[in-house]
Amino acid sequence: MELEKHMGGTRNRQTMTANLGAHAMRAERAPLSHVFSLLSLLLCLLCPSSGHAARIGDLVETDLAEQALRFFTFQDPAVRYALLGSMLLGITCGLLGGFIVVRKMALVGDALSHAVLPGVALGFLWNMSKDPVAIFVGAVLAGLLGAAAVHLIKHTTRLKEDTALGLVLASFFAVGICLVTMIQRLPNGNKSGIDKFLFGQAAAIGEGDVKLMLVATGLAVLMILLFYKEFLVTSFDAGFARSVGFPVQAIHYGLMLLLAFAVVIALQAVGVVLVSAMLITPAAAAYLLTDRMHRLLALAALFGLCAGALGAFLSFLRPNLPTGPLMVLAATAVFVLAFLFGPRHGVVARWWRRRSGAARIQRENTLKAVYHVLEAREFKGEGVSLRELAERRRETVEDARQQAVELRRHDFATLQQDGNAIYLTPEGWQRACAIVRNHRLWELYLTNAAHIAADHVHEDAEKIEHVLGEEVVRLIEKRLNYATHDPHGRAIPGLADLRRGEAPASPLPGATGYGRST
Amino acid sequence: MPSPENKVATDNPGSDISLEIHDLTVAYHKKPVLWGIDLVVPRGKLVGIVGPNGAGKSTLIKAAMGLLPISSGWVKVFGEPVKKNLTRIGYVPQRESVDWDFPVSVMDVVLMGRYGHLGLLRRPSKQDRDIARECLDKVKMLPYANRQISNLSGGQQQRVFLARALAQESDLYFMDEPFAGVDAATEAAIVELLHELKSRGKTLMVVHHDLPTARRYFDSLLLLNMRVVAFGPTDQVFTHDLLQSTYGGRLTILSEVAEAVRAKE
Ligand SMILES: Nc1ncnc2c1ncn2[C@@H]1O[C@H](COP(=O)(O)OP(=O)(O)O)[C@@H](O)[C@H]1O
Ligand SMILES: [Mg+2]
Repeated sequence: MELEKHMGGTRNRQTMTANLGAHAMRAERAPLSHVFSLLSLLLCLLCPSSGHAARIGDLVETDLAEQALRFFTFQDPAVRYALLGSMLLGITCGLLGGFIVVRKMALVGDALSHAVLPGVALGFLWNMSKDPVAIFVGAVLAGLLGAAAVHLIKHTTRLKEDTALGLVLASFFAVGICLVTMIQRLPNGNKSGIDKFLFGQAAAIGEGDVKLMLVATGLAVLMILLFYKEFLVTSFDAGFARSVGFPVQAIHYGLMLLLAFAVVIALQAVGVVLVSAMLITPAAAAYLLTDRMHRLLALAALFGLCAGALGAFLSFLRPNLPTGPLMVLAATAVFVLAFLFGPRHGVVARWWRRRSGAARIQRENTLKAVYHVLEAREFKGEGVSLRELAERRRETVEDARQQAVELRRHDFATLQQDGNAIYLTPEGWQRACAIVRNHRLWELYLTNAAHIAADHVHEDAEKIEHVLGEEVVRLIEKRLNYATHDPHGRAIPGLADLRRGEAPASPLPGATGYGRST
Repeated sequence: MPSPENKVATDNPGSDISLEIHDLTVAYHKKPVLWGIDLVVPRGKLVGIVGPNGAGKSTLIKAAMGLLPISSGWVKVFGEPVKKNLTRIGYVPQRESVDWDFPVSVMDVVLMGRYGHLGLLRRPSKQDRDIARECLDKVKMLPYANRQISNLSGGQQQRVFLARALAQESDLYFMDEPFAGVDAATEAAIVELLHELKSRGKTLMVVHHDLPTARRYFDSLLLLNMRVVAFGPTDQVFTHDLLQSTYGGRLTILSEVAEAVRAKE
């Protein structure tokens, strides 16, 4: 209540009320027009200059910079509470969300967050005020009642869990909406701010709320630190955990209770509708970035914190912006970044790996062609002219030159005779031998061990040669009794050729191999 | 179902019996899955549990460990109720029972084998890590200790589960299909490991689905199909008639009654 006064006292608030007029009044009641006003305000937010914004809707005169400054000086206690509260809820939701995601309970989080709404309304009705404790207790109780209802439906009927969750989610939410509407009809009801619980308003977080959030966050962090091992093993392998005597069911209920706490402290700022996104999105982003549980939790908490702070900041730039959607958008932005740029599973990294993989295969094929040319003249002479290479690969000399440059870039070859001939370095020779060896061994393996006709094996070997690891190659060699010739009668380069990093002994005097010469 | 082995076992003093099951009945949603199971397993036996799909093999070992509510009967482990002796029990669940994309490393999973000894709240110590590392080495998975478990082949996953069970340092092991979906090399390694554990006086109850190898791998067999069809030394139990009645296509009277019970529900 005090906070509302605080906000109302500022110039912005007055301007807004005056300008938005009836629009804002309607927004207080119907969610749909709430969404509508959100959209128009978002539009203003995205506009670079306030002059422009004024032209669009003539809605707001406030200077964005001024409002941002007000946020970052932290002079205003309302700003401090909003920011602190948003960060706390981000941490708690991130941590609990981590477990929700690995336990595949995302739907449970969603159902639970919708189920708390009747509790919020009843908590409000308790003494007709936004008493944080009454609302907290009411919400937690409603959440637990919802969980119990799901349990009951699942265990007494043939319905499966997802259906039970859907049922409970919808019915509890419906009851909640009815109660909220009823409260708003009461005298003083529409000033209550109870509707803020739908889409969230960080500015409505008061000192009492922050204290409660601190307690809940502290409790969640403490519990996860203390029972990390128990949460981990019951999430990964509940049967095993029970077999070593862990109270799996109790641990599950403990986690659900913490989850209810997380949902409830997030309600004020994020709103019932989107709270589950604050559970899932930061954790999902973290899941893409790491494959260790403790790092996942730390990242999820960090992402939640950032999303909370960013959402609170953005919602401060314009009066009456719902915070929840902005926080969720911030978290979603993090997720999209992780999805695109994650070092291991990210789209870009995968694309890059595929691309560099293709480039590697191309290089290896060139090296193989050089080897074939040398082999055709029984390893007499050192250099291979680009023309020979181009003929071998059935390409233009220009293509061959490009590939030669590529080989030089990777230190596999040097170019000589004015760039018209290619000389393999020891590394280049080694790689060429390895590829040819892989190819011929695989062909031999297919014909000998898998009894595939000799004229059917080349295509397959063309692909396999690039992916065979040294260990597998050794195994195949052993299986083939260290055969020296492939099914077409050509010599398989041996380990000795490979190790030497030089050409096989050449009958020509003076041909000393393919060492790097300048 | 008295069998020769049973008689021998009951003659021995209690301390030499690792697992004793008496008149055990287990039901899912009031539909009985195991009926009147009696079993006495002496210490140091390597027992293969065989039977057709849905025979209740997994149910039997879960019920024996106290993971499932039982309708009647009792289970004793080393002469005491199971709950009192949980740290003397090791468990290898079916490999498909967990999510192998879970964000844990091989080492994390093997350390879970120490959790029973640690109890609640205590963290694994340096010593626990050393034990886990030894167990990983025993199944030749030490080089993979820091890998995430999703990067493993089926055989490697199974070795990780075995390493976790080894880290439990138990006297009685229950293993659910440890040979399912593993490569030949892993299968051989597991057999060797089982025999080594047996030679150290451990008792092993191993669910197995492949009859021909069951004969070679185990010195005792438990033929199971809702009830104990036979239990005893492999050469006495692995007979055409007994296998026929274990795997026989015809519904036994028991399962017909079970169907009737379910229909009434
Ligand atoms: N959680 C469960 N709920 C209901 N029925 C089950 C459950 N688990 C197993 N069953 C039933 O119990 C019977 C025995 O299952 P199980 O012990 O897994 O067999 P096995 O391991 O021998 O293949 C099967 O008919 C199966 O359908
Ligand atoms: Mg089974």
